[in-house]
Amino acid sequence: MSTIKPEEDANQNRRITWDGCSVLLDINDGDRLVFSRLTSGSIVKIGNKNYPLQPLIGCPFGSLFQVENGINGPCLSRVISTAEANNTEEKRECGIKDESRDNRALVDNNTAQTLTGEDIEGLRRQGASGNEIVEALIANSATFENKTAFSQEKYRLKKQKKYAPKVLLRRPFARSICDTYFKKYPARIGFLRVDTLSLLLSFANVTAQSDVLVVDMIGGLITGAVAERLGGTGYVCNTYRGDSPYSLEIVRMFNFGDEINRRIVRLPLAQLSASQTEVSKENGQHQPAISFDDPSNQPDASISSIPSSQPVSMEENTVSNTETVVSKVYKAAKPGEKAPEDVIKSWKENGFSSLIIAAPDVDAWSIVKEVLPFLAFSAPFVIYHQYLQPLATCMHNLQVEKMAIGLQITEPWLREYQVLPSRTHPHMQMSASGGYVLSGTKIYNDNQPNK
Amino acid sequence: MLPIDSTKKLSFNRNISDGDLVIVYEKHDAMKAVKVCEKSVLENRFGVFKHSDWIGKPFGCKVSSHKGGFVYLLAPTPELWTLVLSHRTQILYIADISFVVMYLELIPGCVVLESGTGSGSLSTSLARAIAPTGHVYTFDFHEQRAAAAREDFEKTGLSDLVTVGVRDIQGEGFPKDLVGVADAVFLDLPQPWLAIPSAGEMLKPDGVLCSFSPCIEQVQRSSETLTSKFTDIRTFEVLLRTYEVREVKMDQSQSEEGTPGSHRPCKRKHRASDASLWQQDNSGSPVVMARPSSEARGHTGYLTFARLKCVA
Repeated sequence: MSTIKPEEDANQNRRITWDGCSVLLDINDGDRLVFSRLTSGSIVKIGNKNYPLQPLIGCPFGSLFQVENGINGPCLSRVISTAEANNTEEKRECGIKDESRDNRALVDNNTAQTLTGEDIEGLRRQGASGNEIVEALIANSATFENKTAFSQEKYRLKKQKKYAPKVLLRRPFARSICDTYFKKYPARIGFLRVDTLSLLLSFANVTAQSDVLVVDMIGGLITGAVAERLGGTGYVCNTYRGDSPYSLEIVRMFNFGDEINRRIVRLPLAQLSASQTEVSKENGQHQPAISFDDPSNQPDASISSIPSSQPVSMEENTVSNTETVVSKVYKAAKPGEKAPEDVIKSWKENGFSSLIIAAPDVDAWSIVKEVLPFLAFSAPFVIYHQYLQPLATCMHNLQVEKMAIGLQITEPWLREYQVLPSRTHPHMQMSASGGYVLSGTKIYNDNQPNK
Repeated sequence: MLPIDSTKKLSFNRNISDGDLVIVYEKHDAMKAVKVCEKSVLENRFGVFKHSDWIGKPFGCKVSSHKGGFVYLLAPTPELWTLVLSHRTQILYIADISFVVMYLELIPGCVVLESGTGSGSLSTSLARAIAPTGHVYTFDFHEQRAAAAREDFEKTGLSDLVTVGVRDIQGEGFPKDLVGVADAVFLDLPQPWLAIPSAGEMLKPDGVLCSFSPCIEQVQRSSETLTSKFTDIRTFEVLLRTYEVREVKMDQSQSEEGTPGSHRPCKRKHRASDASLWQQDNSGSPVVMARPSSEARGHTGYLTFARLKCVA
């Protein structure tokens, strides 16, 4: 199994991990999220122990793992869910429905637990599993029996997280990648929440075969999410001012095969704007077919500024040094090569099918003014910003200049709920802002530079 | 509607032709879908528009009526379509739709099941996400509604991507020939818990299910049913706030007089009745400001997501 190389883009929808694939490890029900690449040498650190990730290779995404003390040290072993386990859980749930106990007898004097840290260490040395330690803690808790069933459950969960951590193997998709960054490093993605990202993709009508122009200054999250929806067709073109393209580090978290990576290209804005007149002369020769035989043959291919051997930089090495990721040099098409000449020509003749801008540090209006001419007539565009004001100004200018219609600024609001028998309510904490979105449709005007 | 057919792809060089579906845009809340037909006319409060005048014009252009009124002609997108389609049922709007498509992890090639079809508002966006190689199987127990939806998908050019079935999913479950093929399932049913066991059978391991319910009691019951075969059960509510943007001339005479923080705020109070004087003061520079629109949709429905457990 593990020898299968991700060659076809059916990989994008593969449901079993392979050697070298990118995964998202969800430790203890979302408490910690870690991106990793599964290789024979890669590890994840939980608590103070390192666990090799080798056993995760060849497992279906969605598999659950628990920590164990193997012969060769700590290891992750897959939890096989059984029908009985489900039943006990259900029983536990049912018992909760009617509850008369409360916390009137509870005194917080730190004597409830009779097991000491040394006792627990001793249990461990004898080879007790995490779950056995949790049971021992419950048995030795003087107050457990008097707790309400709700807080019994909470207690059990808390101890389980500490002594019997669980690792869930997740697929790195736009959804989980955005969620993870938003939770861990929101500033790196310009505070773009997942519901806002989903709005951007809708407003920009991203679909197979589209040519999407993006100004992605939030680490490549937009680029990756668009490429995911294109599925190896069309193009996502990153345009940038100046000489150096913006970072696409997040694109590497997706499991894109060569076919998708080839559809992620870059083009300096100066070059997009260049030789408009020359193009308009050639407008007669309509060339709808886009050839993409071998984009790696492009002269610029070798000087891409984003070498694939660069370590996956998401990891916490830089932040807290608690997770280590071993990245491996990977022979694959690199995302973010220079756009092929014939494709650029076709864009200049036909225009892009949509535009997405997420550029926290560039004035929205100045960038829109510059890139909107390359958008086909009637094409939708969308601009993200973490602040409202730049979008308000931009919207006003677009209206005044009569460049677009259907202009609208929206701000999504997302609330999660705890749904449990007799205990359903919104989460106590929520994200208060996921950013703002300006959307609209470009209209035809005679002053198009392209015409 | 989708650029799967390259001749329909938006382009500087693509013009409106006979038989095209266009969205006639009067203003942001007044749009209409029209099939262009050379001999046909469109009549609205701006006058009479001849379709023949539209043919050969680029999408996104402004066209005039005999009276000189004008509208814009836009290429259809699932977002515009949602605003113009005929409501046969309550429909899902962009915030819920976008979130569902994202959370169902739909990508080209996916197979997704939906029930009920309703007005086909969500189906259109599902089709956009799974095109060109995936498929949407959508079911409604209402024969007429299913037929109308089928007609719509024909009109929007999605019929190769969407199959509409007439079936009572709550009563009968999804058809057996779809067992184990679905990457995702979407339920918008009055009693979703009745369809959940069948949805579980249709899904691939780790496949995602979403149930949309307006009432919390439905969510409660669905979530209880989900616990046996599903994991990662999460319920969300997603809403949109829209903003009004206006350019306003703000009075800045205070700073011009060079007397910061002096008598001016006080003066304002005294002259409250003289508001017009303030507005006529042209000395201030215009400022663009935004404020939330006064009214908004306060509730659509709860979205409950869950993943089918991986059983080894």
